[in-house]
Amino acid sequence: MTDKTLMRLNVNRQRYEVAAAPHHTLLEVLREECGLTGTKHGCELGECGACTVLLDGAPVYSCLTLALEAEGHEVTTVEGLARGSELDPLQTAFAAEGAAQCGYCTPGILLAAKALLERNPRPTRAEMAEAISGNLCRCTGYTAIYEAIERAASERAP
Amino acid sequence: MSELSVIGRRLPKVNVWEHLTGSAKYADDIALPRLLHGKLLRSTEPHARITRIDLSRALAHPGVVAACTGRDMPEKMGIMPSTQDETALAVDRVRYVGEPVAAVAAIDEDAAFEALSLIDVAYEPLPTILTIDEALTREDVRIHEESRNRANVFKEVHLEFGDVEQGFADAEHVRDDWFFFEGNTHAPIEQHSAVASFDADGKLTLWTSTQVPHYLHRELEKVLGLPRSRIRVIATPNGGAFGGKSDPFGHEFAACWLSMKTGRPVKITLDREEVFYAHRGRHPVKMRIRTGVKKDGAITAVHYQSYLDGGAYASYGIATTYYTGALLTVTYRIPAYKFDGTRVYTNKPPCGPKRGHGSTQPRYGFECQLDKIAADLGLDPLELRLRNLQPANSKTVNELRVTSMGLGDALEQAARASGYRDRERARGRGMGIAGSAYISGAGLPIYWNDMPHSGAVVTLDRGGGVLVSCGTAEIGQGSDMLLASVAAEELGVVPEDVHVVSGDTALAPVDLGSYSSRVTFMAGNAVRMAAAQLRRALLDAAADKLGVPVERLGCAFRRIYDLRDPERFVPFVDAVVAAESKVGTLSARGYYKPPKLAGDYKGSGVGPSPAYSYSACVADVSVDEESGRITVNKIVVAHDCGRALNPVNVEGQIEGSAYMGMAEILMEEQVFRGGLHKKPSLLDYKLPTAKDTPELEAVIVETIDSEGPYGAKEAGEGPLNPVIPAIANAVYDAIGVRFDETPITAAKVLDALAKKKARVGPDGLADGADPRNAMRRLLATTEKRERKRAGGSDPFDLAVPSERRKSEGSG
Repeated sequence: MTDKTLMRLNVNRQRYEVAAAPHHTLLEVLREECGLTGTKHGCELGECGACTVLLDGAPVYSCLTLALEAEGHEVTTVEGLARGSELDPLQTAFAAEGAAQCGYCTPGILLAAKALLERNPRPTRAEMAEAISGNLCRCTGYTAIYEAIERAASERAP
Repeated sequence: MSELSVIGRRLPKVNVWEHLTGSAKYADDIALPRLLHGKLLRSTEPHARITRIDLSRALAHPGVVAACTGRDMPEKMGIMPSTQDETALAVDRVRYVGEPVAAVAAIDEDAAFEALSLIDVAYEPLPTILTIDEALTREDVRIHEESRNRANVFKEVHLEFGDVEQGFADAEHVRDDWFFFEGNTHAPIEQHSAVASFDADGKLTLWTSTQVPHYLHRELEKVLGLPRSRIRVIATPNGGAFGGKSDPFGHEFAACWLSMKTGRPVKITLDREEVFYAHRGRHPVKMRIRTGVKKDGAITAVHYQSYLDGGAYASYGIATTYYTGALLTVTYRIPAYKFDGTRVYTNKPPCGPKRGHGSTQPRYGFECQLDKIAADLGLDPLELRLRNLQPANSKTVNELRVTSMGLGDALEQAARASGYRDRERARGRGMGIAGSAYISGAGLPIYWNDMPHSGAVVTLDRGGGVLVSCGTAEIGQGSDMLLASVAAEELGVVPEDVHVVSGDTALAPVDLGSYSSRVTFMAGNAVRMAAAQLRRALLDAAADKLGVPVERLGCAFRRIYDLRDPERFVPFVDAVVAAESKVGTLSARGYYKPPKLAGDYKGSGVGPSPAYSYSACVADVSVDEESGRITVNKIVVAHDCGRALNPVNVEGQIEGSAYMGMAEILMEEQVFRGGLHKKPSLLDYKLPTAKDTPELEAVIVETIDSEGPYGAKEAGEGPLNPVIPAIANAVYDAIGVRFDETPITAAKVLDALAKKKARVGPDGLADGADPRNAMRRLLATTEKRERKRAGGSDPFDLAVPSERRKSEGSG
């Protein structure tokens, strides 16, 4: 078995010091060492997007990112979207529009949508489709997700 | 029931918040102290005897704590008690690549992976059966020795209703078409996962992503030899299921066995490739449909034949086989109907129920054929359908009772929303229409019993909270919200006041599970029955307080009020306290059992449902004749759900169904090369991304069913069925080519256009009516392949097989 390496990660504005095998992905370390199981996995090969997190604000597949590569960067997971008990407008919009059915792809899509709205506050449907095209959803047909992003966009920048 | 305060409103689901914050605990998110990680070793052979299996090297690995093989759990199991032909892990023989043969539990995942390569297995390969035609013709190979029927035939069904011969004699036009529906899989984004914990008190708890905790509970008892009173199954929130998590699976038993052996909790999570092997998805079906009509389009008779490729095991296959024939009759009036169904075994992952279970494939064939009939008769396809509608409150020729029936409305509304009647006719652009129906829950359980199909207990707490316990499994379809909404409506509170305990065999009464679109109808009625009793107790108490008769009281928004003067009210909490003071603890039970609906014939158990939902779809497509690429511009699905208990939820089910139907007709196929799955990854098996998915419009049609809760029927599966034929019909409308097989890929479109084919599809079983021809062709191609491998002849010499066939044909 491989010796573990000490890793220092900044996740959701909090510092984590954990030990893990150096080949373990950010996905594994977030879920298994940091206890942040909100980040999901559907393939572990970069095909489904369920494991999407933000690295310095940009969406990445955490299953294709080594945890060690994330050192020195700010990682945001779904647990970091809300500020205290105040939810992000995307979260309330997803609830209102029924954009989360089984909820499994939802953390990844929320983060992809968050990154989109940060750089483009009023995206078109085509821009939304582009932004979440790396995240597979098997329940919604994506329609409710667009409606939710639109609702969140208008709440953030009315 | 004039005014409703919860039902029909666009409310967020009560359980949505945990999904939005990452706090929902799916099975793989569960971590327990001393947890071990399990992995399954899977067969590399499509069909073989296991001549040796040795765990000793794996057990010697320092990280490994325990391991097991099929021999440790030899009891037969399977979802349908009458056709149990599987074991948790393979015993002595494997029947598909990917079948689990052994399991290990280790201190971490890396060690478990390493240990798998230390298990010594030796296989003695057996000949394989990979297609329907081979399975029907080869007697020399038996996938299951104990098969009672023909060598590899799992089930054969023959049913006839009305005078079919006369029906065809009366017809002025008869169509006879073959279709092929390729297999495909559910591909929920969450991989199956199970965590078992056998504790010192001798009790076993299993957290698992299952749609059917009750049925799994029964199978665990049987296989593990542990009484059900000591087993607790907890269905964790399913990250999508679509039918793919409704069988008992090897990894669930293995996690339990390994936990019982080690006294430590064990987790087994499948990886994506393994999910493709677990499968239980859409059966590939070859079908022949003969339909007779009058000149005005009136159907006189239908003869439907299906051949299902079941894969290696039974799964729900007996029900699937019947479902291919059972539901064609509830949409259009069919006065005479004959159904022949045959399901065969092949050396591939077992097929089972996928959204629309068994009704999807025949609906595709039948709705495509209706389109052809309309063209033959010079009728508009919509008009042909409207002329043949099965009436509401009627009985079909195969004795199915139809109550509310909204197909006509659904067709009209889908046509209106899509502009179908005014569509432009231009080469390369087309619209297609189709209708369909689905059950609101199966009329019979899968094991014979006289008990309710769904039970619920509702309890009120003194602070105004409501507890609903019901064994339903939340698979993302919104069942927890359904339970909360019905209880809240009945009691006059809001869904946030309701605490739901579901999917737990120890804490909630039995509900048969989230399959066959049964939960809204059955659990909805059970919760309503329980809550209605508490409502009476509350109204009695409030009537005393307000001094008005009970009939003059209403309840909503946490108040019990005088209907004549709503400002005179008792707060809900005060009514609870008064009622509990008067009658004691406020708890009530409710249950639902469908009326006896099965007809008087063998095989009548599949098809009856307390109500049928109806759907219609119009698809608008463009076909690029240069590239063969089909672009769906828009899909409209109008769905008769009886009453939309929560329109957001219903629209979500319709849109999700439309998306999935589009994927089945244009993209998805579970196909094999030899016994090997060709695409067991999400990179190769294409699911539509946001950019592949067109605009989807959901139209809700309400018919207020007489027996559904507040008039509701199902919405989770039915809307998928019409999408598939509607797109196929739209492609015909655009380029004049009939695709009588799925999926319609760009390559097939290009090929058809290049060869000026009017139709792409099968012509029958292998070489036609005589299935023995399939064997001859098979032998010929095998010989050719062998010769090619030996380097003996020109691989392009096509004369060899055809000559051989000719000589055999004459002899």
